[in-house]
Amino acid sequence: MMEYVIRFLLGGVVVSAFSMLGDMLRPKSFAGLFGAAPSVALATLGIAVYTHGAGYAARQTWAMTAGAIALAVYGGAVCHLLMRARFRVASATLVAVVFWLVVAFGLLSVAGGLT
Amino acid sequence: MSPISFSPSSLKEGRLYEYLIRFALGGAATVFTGLISSRCGASIGGLFLALPAIFCASATLIEKHEIRRKREAGLDGRRRGEEAAALESAGAVLGAFGMLAFAVTFSLTVENSVPAAFIAGSLAWAVVSIAGWCVRRKMRTMGRLRGSRRLTSG
Repeated sequence: MMEYVIRFLLGGVVVSAFSMLGDMLRPKSFAGLFGAAPSVALATLGIAVYTHGAGYAARQTWAMTAGAIALAVYGGAVCHLLMRARFRVASATLVAVVFWLVVAFGLLSVAGGLT
Repeated sequence: MSPISFSPSSLKEGRLYEYLIRFALGGAATVFTGLISSRCGASIGGLFLALPAIFCASATLIEKHEIRRKREAGLDGRRRGEEAAALESAGAVLGAFGMLAFAVTFSLTVENSVPAAFIAGSLAWAVVSIAGWCVRRKMRTMGRLRGSRRLTSG
């Protein structure tokens, strides 16, 4: 239970720090880089190394590469849905999660990570 | 073309509950990733390290800020809010390539040295993201110049 409390606090602090940094930067396209910062990864990997060891964290980040490629597709999809399909922001960011899931799990299964 | 600037006063535009939502979402995403890893293993858990959960909240907040700002000036601001969120998502695409660089660098170095993995991974993220953003900006500027030359010559 204590591990999850630490996870929550650490994740909250790291994510808030990156988000606030993004808020303070202009232009907006540059600030967007911080929207895709590895903030959750930084918080999670520290705990993963401490509890399971470096090998486990290496396996996690190897799989994270598929998630990162899916995130690029997700960002492109959100941009397209907002500018061309005229979706509202909340709908666009939620609908595009489907793209993220399909690409991320697709890449992981191709690489043999699901077996 | 606007230069990169740092404006701490932008933080005043946010409301306390918005910062609390971000904190809670960040914490929840980290707990969720931990739960997935413990139930489904390191690979599927690792995938969720790049989940765009935070981006959804950030983009919605950016839209809200733009709408609020325009409404104060007597305008609707909805389209402006959507455009601002679209710009943020274009930046997130480049940030995702930075995240890819982070993941590759971290996975290659963590078994040799944990502190070096965190430092090298973070540096790789910053270098790839910022370099990608600079290249994109340069290409857009050149594209605009070409377009205006065509207009003046035609």
